[in-house]
Amino acid sequence: MKVHVDMSICLLHGQCVIAAPEVFSFDDEGQLQWLADVDDGLRADVEAAADACPEQAIRID
Amino acid sequence: MTAAPRITIVGASLAGLRTAEAVLAALPEARVTMVGAERYLPYNRPPLSKDAAEALAAPGADAAAVFERLVLKSRLATGAVDMRLGVAAEAMEKDALRLSDGTVLRHDWLVAATGLRPRRLALRGAEGRRFVLRTFDEAVRLGHAMRPGARMVVAGGGFIGCEIAATARKLGLHVTIVEPMEQPMIGALGPRVAAAMAAMHRAQGVTILAGRSVAAVSDSDSAVILDDGRALEADLMVEALGSHPNVEWLEGSGADLSNGVLCDNRLIAQGADRLLAVGDVARFPNPLFGPAPRRVEHWCVPGQTARRAAETIAACETGRDPEPGFAPMPSFWSDQHGTRLQSFGAPALAEAAEVISGDLTQVGTEPVIVEYHRGGRPVAVLGLGAPPAALAPHRARLERALSPETVE
Ligand SMILES: Cc1cc2nc3c(=O)[nH]c(=O)nc-3n(C[C@H](O)[C@H](O)[C@H](O)COP(=O)(O)OP(=O)(O)OC[C@H]3O[C@@H](n4cnc5c(N)ncnc54)[C@H](O)[C@@H]3O)c2cc1C
Ligand code: SF4
Repeated sequence: MKVHVDMSICLLHGQCVIAAPEVFSFDDEGQLQWLADVDDGLRADVEAAADACPEQAIRID
Repeated sequence: MTAAPRITIVGASLAGLRTAEAVLAALPEARVTMVGAERYLPYNRPPLSKDAAEALAAPGADAAAVFERLVLKSRLATGAVDMRLGVAAEAMEKDALRLSDGTVLRHDWLVAATGLRPRRLALRGAEGRRFVLRTFDEAVRLGHAMRPGARMVVAGGGFIGCEIAATARKLGLHVTIVEPMEQPMIGALGPRVAAAMAAMHRAQGVTILAGRSVAAVSDSDSAVILDDGRALEADLMVEALGSHPNVEWLEGSGADLSNGVLCDNRLIAQGADRLLAVGDVARFPNPLFGPAPRRVEHWCVPGQTARRAAETIAACETGRDPEPGFAPMPSFWSDQHGTRLQSFGAPALAEAAEVISGDLTQVGTEPVIVEYHRGGRPVAVLGLGAPPAALAPHRARLERALSPETVE
């Protein structure tokens, strides 16, 4: 499964980091990092992260 | 399992949409109907007091283009749900529901996702200058009136009132918040943080009249009259005084509708065992904060309760008991004058607030983190302009501290 965050609308709420810490994280500069290619076993967590994103910035393909 | 269950979801906004998705993920054979009073596809409300409000106030604003950006992304396949938009649920008829277009829908499960509507001032007159803000149509109407230089009174300084005040300042309006309590947002944030936020609003040019309420509006001139007799000149007034749960359509269902729909921890309504409630309209006990059922008006709640309601329905349909102990962590954010507030937990339940990083006199210029306590234990963490990476460890600590039954 492919995960994409549209950084032109992400406002760094960090909800995705809470919902799926295996996939989303903040680096030392506080910038959002994520795994672009994720094992399907984590689908439920990634979907929860996409739902929890107030800016609707996360796309799953 | 018997025949595919018929599930009617009333309210086609965030909570209704997420419930439809979760129900179909758990029970792909379910027949789901969504009934929504607004004629729009489910859309996102928080921007209506923030960037969408600004966009709608721009001269020659393209409302359709603004709406496009608000539509909620959905995982529903086209046609997976029977969507009835622009139709309201009117009344219950035993195990069926009568709609405003005369249709009667039968169901095995009914999910209330009808949210809230703004509370209005109990005053007559000056309707053309009075506004509320919950729906896209209301935001469009308000946007037209938010002209630079206009004088705006915001009656009620909750989050929505404070956000629209900040947006209006940015647009060049003259803004006065009339707040009946000692400070705007005091119930949600407590006195110390509310005072710091009030100072930030004043520094940004918002006038705050606290401890005052609107007593009358004049039809003949542009006056708004306060309870102390003072008259304010106002080209427009936004009524942001809290809200009423939309539950009238459930009368006679057997459910307790005294403040939203009273549910148990499975989200099944007490007194109506085929009815569940999700989102802003649901009043349910959260073991993180003790046994008292509460309604929570935060954006995160629709998603959390939708998944829970779907689990409950799926468990009952397959003859299982739903897992006990639904304990979602509440969180909310708010944007005011370019400063983001981000909260985890329940600051409104706290007895005391402690600054754990930064300085409350610097809100708006420097990051501040506040921890809220009740009975000596943390119940919430709030960041004011704090980067999410700095808040994350505090949230994790809060989660550990809030193990069920530690509060109250
Ligand atoms: C201006 C504004 C700004 C906000 N900002 C934030 C924020 O910054 N952070 C945050 O955490 N939260 C914010 N919120 C709160 C958040 O938007 C709500 O928590 C969320 O919308 C609740 O979703 P819901 O689906 O439960 O209810 P709603 O979004 O209220 O949807 C209920 C739907 O049900 C429909 N309905 C009602 N009665 C009937 C009926 N009888 N038949 C059919 N349909 C019916 C309504 O028309 C409505 O479309 C904001 C809300 C507003 C209005
Ligand atoms: S939740 Fe959305 S807005 Fe927030 S950091 Fe994640 S992607 Fe960005």
